[in-house]
Amino acid sequence: MRPGRAPLGASPSAFDRARRTKGRIFAFTCAAAAFVGVASLGALLVDVIADGASRLDLAFLTGFASRFPERSGIRAALAGSVWLLVLTALISFPLSVAAAIHLEEYAPRNWVTRAIQTNIANLAGVPSIVYGILGLALFVRGLRLERSVLSGALTLSLLVMPVIIMSAQEAIRAVPSTIREAAYGLGATRWQVVRGQVLPMAMPGILTGTILALSRAVGETAPLIMVGAVGFLAFTPQSVMDPFTVLPLQIYSWISRPQEEFQPLAAAGIIVLLALLLTMNAFAIVLRNRARSGG
Amino acid sequence: MGVDLTRKGSRKLGESLIGTALFACAAFSTLVTVGVVVVLARESVAFFSEVSIVDFLTGTRWEPMFQEQHFGILPLVSGSLLVAGGAGLIALPIGILSAIFLSEYAGARLQAVLKPLLEILAGVPTVVYGYFALTFITPLLRLVFPGTDIFNAAAASIVVGLMIIPTVSSLSEDALRAVPRSLREAAYGLGATKLEVSTRVVVPAALSGIIASFILAISRAVGETMAVTIAAGNLPNLTLNPLESIQTMTAFIVQASMGDTPQGTLAYRTLFAVGMTLFLMTLGMNIVSQWVMARFREEYQ
Amino acid sequence: MTTIYDIEVGEEGPALETRDLSVFYGETMAVDHVSFRVPERSVVALIGPSGCGKSTLLRCFNRMNDLVRGARVEGAVEFHGQDLYAPTIDPVEVRRHIGMVFQKPNPFPKSIYDNVAFGPRINNFRGDEDALVEASLRRAALWDEVRDRLEESAYSLSGGQQQRLCIARTLAVTPEVLLMDEPASALDPIATQRIEELIYELKKDYTIVIVTHNMQQAARISDYTAFLYMGKLIEYGPTDSIFTNPREERTEAYVTGRFG
Repeated sequence: MRPGRAPLGASPSAFDRARRTKGRIFAFTCAAAAFVGVASLGALLVDVIADGASRLDLAFLTGFASRFPERSGIRAALAGSVWLLVLTALISFPLSVAAAIHLEEYAPRNWVTRAIQTNIANLAGVPSIVYGILGLALFVRGLRLERSVLSGALTLSLLVMPVIIMSAQEAIRAVPSTIREAAYGLGATRWQVVRGQVLPMAMPGILTGTILALSRAVGETAPLIMVGAVGFLAFTPQSVMDPFTVLPLQIYSWISRPQEEFQPLAAAGIIVLLALLLTMNAFAIVLRNRARSGG
Repeated sequence: MGVDLTRKGSRKLGESLIGTALFACAAFSTLVTVGVVVVLARESVAFFSEVSIVDFLTGTRWEPMFQEQHFGILPLVSGSLLVAGGAGLIALPIGILSAIFLSEYAGARLQAVLKPLLEILAGVPTVVYGYFALTFITPLLRLVFPGTDIFNAAAASIVVGLMIIPTVSSLSEDALRAVPRSLREAAYGLGATKLEVSTRVVVPAALSGIIASFILAISRAVGETMAVTIAAGNLPNLTLNPLESIQTMTAFIVQASMGDTPQGTLAYRTLFAVGMTLFLMTLGMNIVSQWVMARFREEYQ
Repeated sequence: MTTIYDIEVGEEGPALETRDLSVFYGETMAVDHVSFRVPERSVVALIGPSGCGKSTLLRCFNRMNDLVRGARVEGAVEFHGQDLYAPTIDPVEVRRHIGMVFQKPNPFPKSIYDNVAFGPRINNFRGDEDALVEASLRRAALWDEVRDRLEESAYSLSGGQQQRLCIARTLAVTPEVLLMDEPASALDPIATQRIEELIYELKKDYTIVIVTHNMQQAARISDYTAFLYMGKLIEYGPTDSIFTNPREERTEAYVTGRFG
């Protein structure tokens, strides 16, 4: 043993004690940081529920927006959000899954594929409001779809597609290559391999990614302001060409009212919106867990 | 023995039709980018035919709605950067420390609780954060700093910071986890403590991945719209004081589109010029982030 | 240098034949000018140390190498005199006549029945599906073990049963040749023995090419053995002469366990 070193088990030196204390402080700081997010989530929920719970009742869910806060409800907004959710899913899901299949199962490794892949990654990082500008210029004005449910759904579809494509790619990549080999070995064509084996195995993962992306779309406000969703509507959309509003926008329009009486309405709207999103998320998580445990 | 192994025309046609359709869907994403660029560029070019690009980039007054118009974008850019910088001050340390906690310290059960909660934090709509800033954070700030404006950059910074914590923590955690076990074991084998292993071995090894997550998070903060529109106000104001009311690029775009601006007017085009600036700034940051991330992956694959 | 080791192929000619076959992965040459013949209804074993190119060679016979990025084939591979790499040939069609069983059992995550029925279904099979599934499972010596649980997941079977299911699945497409890539390497000795017995049975109706690491296995089940080393075919001939009286020194060194 070198001189100056205490044997194992001897009482620790001052240096070692300081080292141990530093370690504890650091561990505590890290733990505290990890709980900041959780704590603020808690604070947010308490804030919203305290403000809005009293305003939440059946009349609120079934009533239309009104100048009088006590009579206002979210019927039009809720209907608009559902319309948009369904249409966006119908447009974005097939296109995104097809793109993901191409990139994972068909695309040769060349510069075209790399360019498409890089482009998708970049699109995923474009701020949502820029999609709103695109929607305004392209769908509302360019294609003259006006301020309709369809304009909104097309804009949101462009917004969520990169996210769905990338998560679908991940799900497809997770299918073991031995499964593909087995199918090819039986004389399956590329499409038969994809259709018969790869897609069914990847589907839970693809659906999870899609639901998470769509739940993001349901919470979007900015791009829909751009394409002209309105904050005050006394009817529900009957067709894709009707004007519309959505929950987040209704909430925003209540928040931006100067009168105090509208704030509880905004909070109540937020409770409904969060409940909707949590349901979607829970559904996605259940699907993911089932996919992980291997079905 | 006559076995026919040749290609059948019908099957070949069907397969190649499917292949083409799939390719078209993938290539469609490129059209979206082209669409964004063309839409932004067309109106921006028209805008710059009326407003000098030098005035736009260096002017310190943003007054497009006034009788005497000024189109200096600096107040908007500084507003965006003030909010994003403040958000970064909050999210970067908290995000990286949570990432270290999750990857180095937390047991499986704690992880199973914390990670979904962080995912939920990331999934809360921005309009909700705006409400939280206005009704919770701002009153708190005004309690501590009585001179704070009702709409102020600080409240927006704080909620945007909360919003991007999950981006930093989850991407940094991925980077930390990608550091090979053998490196950690080597350090432990030399008698290092967990603190030393974490801060002197794992974090430096994962540094480029962590930096990539920082840049991406700041880019998200710059692009954030609703929380800042609600909480930070609509007053283009070249200031570094976070307690004052300001306007970000995104908030201006929302404000400009709320009124029914007629197509072809200068006011309508302003929106695209600001949108172009925002797009280029975030795109630049995203590309840098991807580049750093790609270099990180090369190190460990 | 090209050597064709002549073996008896009968009047119909060989089922499979390669001439000057070389395979490249990018710049690397995995198979180096290999020429040999596989007689009908026989078992040919490909042996050699890891990385000698035996699996690559096997995968040329049903064009599975097409699926590997950067793989390139030179020379000829013939199936009853037809060049499998001619431009008019459809690799999908090739695989329907030349089936393959892989190293690790790779059943689809579906029921036992659906695993066997997948091949016939994609091939537009119009006959009695139940009968075909039963016949295939019987041929693979699995029927008695699974007849009451056809709707259960294939993953509920043991490793050896899964591998026999994979063989049944391949037989259901009614191929003429079976390619087997170390089919028993992931199995325990008892499951291995069952697979070997099965191969012995199948040889009556099928031409079988099998890659194996296990020399006792090659000696037990094959009629002809090919020894490959660093991509080259070193020696090829009847199995007994390869094992008891090899002409090449390297072959002798390998079969007696002095290297590899």
